[in-house]
Amino acid sequence: MIRRMLAVWHARNVEFLRDRATLGWNILVPIGLVVALALIFGGPERPLFKVGVLHSGASIQTAMHPFLATHYIEFFTVSDETDAIRKVGRHQIDLLLDLRTTPRYWVNTDSPKGYVVEKLLLQSDPGLKREAVSGQAVRYVDWLLPGILGMNMMFSCLFGVGWVVVRYRKSGFLKRLRATPLRAIEFISAQVLSRLIIIMIVMVFVFWALSLVVHFRMEGSPLLLFLVALMGAISMIAIGLFIAARFSSEELASGILNAITWPMMLLSGVWFSLEGSANWLQWLAKIFPLTQMLDAARAIMLDGAGFAQIAPQLLYLAISGVLFMLLGAALFRWRAD
Amino acid sequence: MPAILEARNLVKHYGAIVAVDGVSFGVDAGTCFGLLGPNGAGKTTTVEMIEGILPATSGEVFYRGEPAGDRFRAEAGIQFQKTALQEFLTVRECLTLFRNLYPRGLSVDEVIRICALEKLEDRDNRKLSGGQQQRLLLAIALVNDPEILFLDEPTTGLDPQARHNFWDLVRAVKASNKTVILTTHYMEEAYFLCDRIAIMDHGRIIAMGSPLQLLQEHFEDVILEMPREDFTLDPSSVPFQLLAGSEQIEISTASVDATLRYLMDAGVSLKHLRIRPRNLEDLFLELTGKELRA
Repeated sequence: MIRRMLAVWHARNVEFLRDRATLGWNILVPIGLVVALALIFGGPERPLFKVGVLHSGASIQTAMHPFLATHYIEFFTVSDETDAIRKVGRHQIDLLLDLRTTPRYWVNTDSPKGYVVEKLLLQSDPGLKREAVSGQAVRYVDWLLPGILGMNMMFSCLFGVGWVVVRYRKSGFLKRLRATPLRAIEFISAQVLSRLIIIMIVMVFVFWALSLVVHFRMEGSPLLLFLVALMGAISMIAIGLFIAARFSSEELASGILNAITWPMMLLSGVWFSLEGSANWLQWLAKIFPLTQMLDAARAIMLDGAGFAQIAPQLLYLAISGVLFMLLGAALFRWRAD
Repeated sequence: MPAILEARNLVKHYGAIVAVDGVSFGVDAGTCFGLLGPNGAGKTTTVEMIEGILPATSGEVFYRGEPAGDRFRAEAGIQFQKTALQEFLTVRECLTLFRNLYPRGLSVDEVIRICALEKLEDRDNRKLSGGQQQRLLLAIALVNDPEILFLDEPTTGLDPQARHNFWDLVRAVKASNKTVILTTHYMEEAYFLCDRIAIMDHGRIIAMGSPLQLLQEHFEDVILEMPREDFTLDPSSVPFQLLAGSEQIEISTASVDATLRYLMDAGVSLKHLRIRPRNLEDLFLELTGKELRA
């Protein structure tokens, strides 16, 4: 059994590695993402500090308050107080100054930049009223990075396996394999293994490359993150195989894969958090393995979560992976009809 | 000796369409059995049910006296009508892949030698000619050193030279005491390779036996052929049977002497006359009323 599986695994690897176009695409996309992220988030932050100002004038005038004359601070007008306070909490604004009535300010007590800029402010006006905000800095890039990598993995898992199996079936290659002692579960395991190893190598490489150009947050254990990615990949590859279990039309398979990947991409919190959206939507999103994987990855990267905290997600990914693989094997069809 | 393979009353329905309608036959070990018939006769459906690729609506298949199962799968070699292999794999890599799917068999080098693929072993399988591709597929069918070899229209689309090369390979395989089951719509191929044939039409076997035996059973006559312009007589008034459908005039007769005498007396030129025995094409026409490749 192992020998048959390894034979199929090896042949699939050779096919993948010789297919320069596909290989290039699989490496270029994540690298393109690295470069894009580096360009957007990797550059030096020009002003040292960002201070939001709530005021009733047309624009910020230095006459409004002596602090506004300080150099190397970017002062900008904000109008939504609640939003601005939230941004202070997230370290997106270092300090928020309210000059509308009695001057007061908000600062994040956990933020080093907030601490410094507060000192500067109190030098120019020691009597100001302080409103404290707390919360750890989460830059958008820290939020987005696991999402983008996860999304890239999802496409690679679902299309990389689903599409290939459908093509094999359509071309009659599966039918030829059917005439050998190879069993469906052996064939499927070989496909999972081949794609899994390729994806994990690409992901580790991209993650390492990203760590060189974008200084993202990594609070938890990289090994645990690797485990999460591994389980997520298994689960999503299994879904790809499940979808590809019967179809022999590439168009149909592509349509169905799209119908699954797009909601996952939109609802799994790749680009934005679903906090605050309807309850049923959040529940729906929880079904997707991508959501579970991203939740766990973000918990590790942003909050330094340990194994115990992400165990539910790992369990979900493992169960869904095994379930879809077994379903895929049970429904598997060798012939195109 | 019991048959190595036996099909009993195989039936395949596709909805209301009956593709195979109660086909039964046995194949003796070491012989070549041919399923012959036009496209759509049910040959491929029949062999794919036997191979276990296609589930039968009803009927049974026995291999060495037992229902065909794992042993059959391990000992059968199969060449489908059309098979695409994995992209980017060389001839040798394709063979290695399939070799590793079987517990025992020939070495890859050996099948490469048998199928004369030495010069092609490092070539991408997609860059082979039609004949080379069929040789590779035959080699794949041979990697497990099968006891029974299925060839489904293996020479369709090949040029005559490639076809004859392929026949030589099959005869060599047969000579090593393998059982071969061949489907074809080339009567010549069946005549050349098969010990027994079954002629199929509309999902049924309409005649079965050795090619010679079938011809003797159905025909006592021979065919006299001549160009239409040489035949100056009124077709309706001659005392022998004329066969329709051909560009030539074909006279069917059991008594060559009398027919030739009649033609000479009537002043018909015999300059381009040819006498040929009945062949399997004639048999098919006789049995079904239609030409094989119509």
